[in-house]
Amino acid sequence: MSQPVISVKHLVAAYQKNTVLENVSFSIPAGSLTAIVGPNGAGKSTLMKVLLNLHPAITGDITFFGRPFKEVKKRIGYVPQRGSVDWDFPTDALDVVTMGLYGDIGWFKHPKKQHKARAFEALEKMGMQAYAHRQISQLSGGQQQRVFLARALVQNADIYFMDEPLAGVDAATERAIMATLKKLNALGKTVIVVHHDLQTVEDYFDHVLFLNQTIISHGKTQDVFSKDNIRRTYGGNIRWLGGVD
Amino acid sequence: MTYTAWIIITASLVGLSCGLIGVFLILRKTAMMADAISHTVLLGIVLAFLVTNEVSGPMMLIGGIGSGLLTAFLVQSLHSLGVQHDASMGIIFTTLFAIGVILISTSVGNAHLDIQHALMGEITFIPFDTTHLPLIGSVPKATLLLFSVFLIVLVFIIAFYKEWKITSFDPALAVSIGIPALAMHYLFMALVSVTTVASFDAVGAIMVVAMLITPASAAYLWTDRLAIMLILSSLFGVLAAISGYYIAVFLDASISGSMAFSTGIFFMVSFIGSPKHGLLSKCRRPSRANQTSI
Repeated sequence: MSQPVISVKHLVAAYQKNTVLENVSFSIPAGSLTAIVGPNGAGKSTLMKVLLNLHPAITGDITFFGRPFKEVKKRIGYVPQRGSVDWDFPTDALDVVTMGLYGDIGWFKHPKKQHKARAFEALEKMGMQAYAHRQISQLSGGQQQRVFLARALVQNADIYFMDEPLAGVDAATERAIMATLKKLNALGKTVIVVHHDLQTVEDYFDHVLFLNQTIISHGKTQDVFSKDNIRRTYGGNIRWLGGVD
Repeated sequence: MTYTAWIIITASLVGLSCGLIGVFLILRKTAMMADAISHTVLLGIVLAFLVTNEVSGPMMLIGGIGSGLLTAFLVQSLHSLGVQHDASMGIIFTTLFAIGVILISTSVGNAHLDIQHALMGEITFIPFDTTHLPLIGSVPKATLLLFSVFLIVLVFIIAFYKEWKITSFDPALAVSIGIPALAMHYLFMALVSVTTVASFDAVGAIMVVAMLITPASAAYLWTDRLAIMLILSSLFGVLAAISGYYIAVFLDASISGSMAFSTGIFFMVSFIGSPKHGLLSKCRRPSRANQTSI
């Protein structure tokens, strides 16, 4: 595979005094579609937040395209967990998507027509144009997730981080989101997704990173997605193991 | 200008500034920081008084900003050391307030600054303490201060409108696209502090909390658009200030108390009657909660 776009070496991170990530090292190849899987409390969201500079690392070296995060911020898009924001906020879907452009618009300036047009285009790509002016609390969970994805699309990044975009969404949204991810992937973008559903890993992702405080296994899905690695990551507490050998 | 007119103008300026700031206090879920800061600015005012020997003017604003930011910083620090957020707020603001109270009773002595005044304000005296402005004539100092602060608040809200919006809605996204959410938080706390200090004389430390939180909470019930929420909130603030004044005259009661009471009435009416989120409309329509669940 081609050169890595993300390289993480000896990363350690903690909440208060509890170590959440221990000696995490991996590199993500360009243009890959990677699932991060692991049990609750494995540090999946924390890993994402540390990579995006939203949570401090204690030690470790993180580079994107061989450079530190701050220099390449604009090439990185982030879709947080849907529950991380207040959906009763007085705003509509189009406005939320426009927020993805605030970094480009710059200080003291307000969004212009062209920004709104780009935001609308992104909503269209997610099949959400009919809901552009709908107050966000009046959208279903799946629609809210699509709005979040549209907001990431409008950023036109090269690397996308998504924290559980498929959690609690309807089947139509899941299809729409996966189609979008595959499209991004086809355009050569790198996508990293925290994923909770082991049954769909093989269908959806070409790379898997098994995480439980440290990296258990990482590589191409066909090489590393095995019963053995799942057991090592989840311990005995796993309900589903069918279909994998 | 008549005595009554100055009181109403002053109170309306409190309503305007507090109404604008209050919207973001509510949306950022930091309403109780207003309570904390409204108490700790007392310390800043006392310290400013000890330096300049007066209870007005820019030094007082600077003292207020300083103590407000100190409050925000200490609350954050204590929280990051593992103390629960509301507990750390309670610890910090009561301690700083207590220092202010002790300083008033020991160092300030006979000055025009007492605890009663700090807590309840004294808008009735405002029209007597005037300064002369070219073209306009004699203007109460407190009114002039409140007008300047209203302009400051307005300029900052308009200039950073999209930054306030994104850091209130999704601070993680803001940081990831290069908008410094933490710096915006402290800037906002500074705005809360200046608004509180300027409103201090008029309504006091306790009633200013009502002016900050209640009109914005009422406005939240009427609209789904941020810009309209800002306009409604400042409008409710002004109307509460004016109606509060007349309630006070009618009942021969405390002006600041009546204004705070009036904001409560605006909220109750909104809570029951607003077409979108009011109790009455909820009886008629299925709850929104059912639609948002999957």
